[in-house]
Amino acid sequence: MRSFTRALRPAVRRSQTVVSASSAPRICSSRAPRAVAAVQGARPLSTTAPRRDLADMPPTPITHFSEVESAMAEAVRKFAGDVILPKVRDMDEAEKMDPTVVEQLFEQGLMGVEIPEEYGGAGMNFTAAIVGIEELARVDPSVSVMVDVHNTLVNTAVIKWGSQALKKKYLPKLATNTVGSFCLSEPVSGSDAFALKTKATETADGYVINGSKMWITNSMEAEFFIVFANVNPEQGHRGITAFIVDKGMKGFNIAKKEKKLGIKASSTCVLNFDDVLVPKENLLGEKGHGYKYAIGLLNEGRIGIAAQMTGLALGAWENAVKYVWNDRKQFGKLVGEFQGMQHQIAQSYTEIAAARALVYNAARKKEAGEDFVMDAAMAKLYASQVAGRVSGLAVEWMGGMGFVREGLAEKFWRDSKIGAIYEGTSNIQLNTIAKLLQKEYTV
Amino acid sequence: MSALRILVPVKRVIDYAVKPRVNKAQTGVETAGVKHSMNPFDELSVEESVRIREKKSAPGGVEDICVISAGPTKAQDVLRTAMAMGADRAIHVETKPDDDLEPLTVAKLLKAAAEQQKSNLVILGKQSIDDDANQTGQMLAGLLGWPQATQASKVEFGEGDVVSVTREVDGGVETVRAKLPMIITTDLRLNEPRYASLPNIMKAKKKPLEKKTLADFGITGEKRLKVLKVTEPPPRQGGGKVEDVDGLISKLKELGAI
Repeated sequence: MRSFTRALRPAVRRSQTVVSASSAPRICSSRAPRAVAAVQGARPLSTTAPRRDLADMPPTPITHFSEVESAMAEAVRKFAGDVILPKVRDMDEAEKMDPTVVEQLFEQGLMGVEIPEEYGGAGMNFTAAIVGIEELARVDPSVSVMVDVHNTLVNTAVIKWGSQALKKKYLPKLATNTVGSFCLSEPVSGSDAFALKTKATETADGYVINGSKMWITNSMEAEFFIVFANVNPEQGHRGITAFIVDKGMKGFNIAKKEKKLGIKASSTCVLNFDDVLVPKENLLGEKGHGYKYAIGLLNEGRIGIAAQMTGLALGAWENAVKYVWNDRKQFGKLVGEFQGMQHQIAQSYTEIAAARALVYNAARKKEAGEDFVMDAAMAKLYASQVAGRVSGLAVEWMGGMGFVREGLAEKFWRDSKIGAIYEGTSNIQLNTIAKLLQKEYTV
Repeated sequence: MSALRILVPVKRVIDYAVKPRVNKAQTGVETAGVKHSMNPFDELSVEESVRIREKKSAPGGVEDICVISAGPTKAQDVLRTAMAMGADRAIHVETKPDDDLEPLTVAKLLKAAAEQQKSNLVILGKQSIDDDANQTGQMLAGLLGWPQATQASKVEFGEGDVVSVTREVDGGVETVRAKLPMIITTDLRLNEPRYASLPNIMKAKKKPLEKKTLADFGITGEKRLKVLKVTEPPPRQGGGKVEDVDGLISKLKELGAI
């Protein structure tokens, strides 16, 4: 069965290339506003080009991986277990990402999963990136989120909307040595992202950016920043535009680093922009289209965060069951042999499997060019809930050993909390799901 | 010096981290649904071959690194991994899932392959971690009539096709020297195998993988050995801990050891 799916997938891939190579309608083409509206009606904003429908394909289990995805899982699992795991506890205590880990992630090609080979990346598919993010989170959700943001938000933005010159200049760096950061949130705009106040004023040779960003992941390690600023505040969200800012630009500074409850090794800082002059060519995509890009990226980015959460849940679950089924004995037997424990363990694993089905289904739908917005929202919502629940129970199963900072049980639990907050809070996901459902059921 | 044409046999085995369990029929270990990966000693062979090329340690250079594996379809996974680590191409000799090849059969197969591929160096793992036979390399050397250097911890090349191989022995190291063509088997201290990077995994997909059968090499795979029964080793008695040297001495005395 498995080799059958494998044999099948290249065929699908080929048909996909045919579609994207032909003149399929692009949702962000400004020349055909009517077509844009039509496509948007059918498919809410996403960064994926539409593809031929899958009606002719026999369905396969969602958990089946292609050859590349299996190799990805295998390689990352090995790398994470051997190289990252010994450093996880120290990085968390120090609240700092070990620079050698970052270096090794680049060496492994994990920072350029979807970047085409011609730019020095691996040229893999979206689901392969999801597999990698999940595998990393099983060991360290902090490392996982760094890779997630870099790949699914930053790299994707440059691949989709960067000019030829920008791609040539930045993609090889993003694939090999430059961490990227995605700067949208501000002190006054989180869930209400498009109320952002950072301004970009057009000048003769570029734009001058003023304002500040908050809660910016990767900002300590990053040297490349995608910054959203409004070029025309009177037009509201239609003035929002994406810019590329290099770390060295004058007037740009990385300010306070937040001290956090979880994912402590992942940096989160405040950024200030004081008359930062950005050259014209650093405009990413089209002026005023920033909000579309941000929605599209965050829609698929959510699948990445959902995968981070299922990876975290798996990691926490495995860590705990190894202990209760092999080490800890009370009343003369392994504590994992008591029925009260077994039912909790079984329930937790079932929930993880359900969350993973949502995650991989959303990823496959995105790759197939289908509308995946609700799927991504459900996956992220549910995966973060499962991660919180399972990692919390895992601490209890391990008793004192789960509570101390020697093992990783308590860390998984602390790390899980962010899942309900970033890339759209749980309530925002629920809003999205409800809105789409209501649309469907309104007669 | 001749350019090297290296043949690297690799085997797909139960992953080293998995605890093997004897099957119900007591005819072997349970393999269904168990994680498999490349035999760790074979990873060392692949790594060494790639390093010989990268470090240009052989005066004649490396012309070809060909990996070969005999096994079911899934054996292609380890061949792809080897190519992702840097091997140039692969040969997959497909066998039926239950075909268990004996070391002599594998050695005969490799002899035919080495001749066909015009190999002048075969680097094998010293043993596979599933049946731990530690025979194939030696048998292959015998069949080919080539010199062999087993359990290598260091491989160096000199002028005139001379290869020096250092091997760890009790109480020190031993260095043996031979001329190409030859057989080397690898031991743990030889190198640290790399992780296949993602771009290299993608490149490996495009490298040639030739599919063959035992018959293509004129091998029948007849069995000379019969497994009567496989059982778990008896569970180990837990050891005792002593506090200090005095405790150790009194314990030894108590056991009548001193």
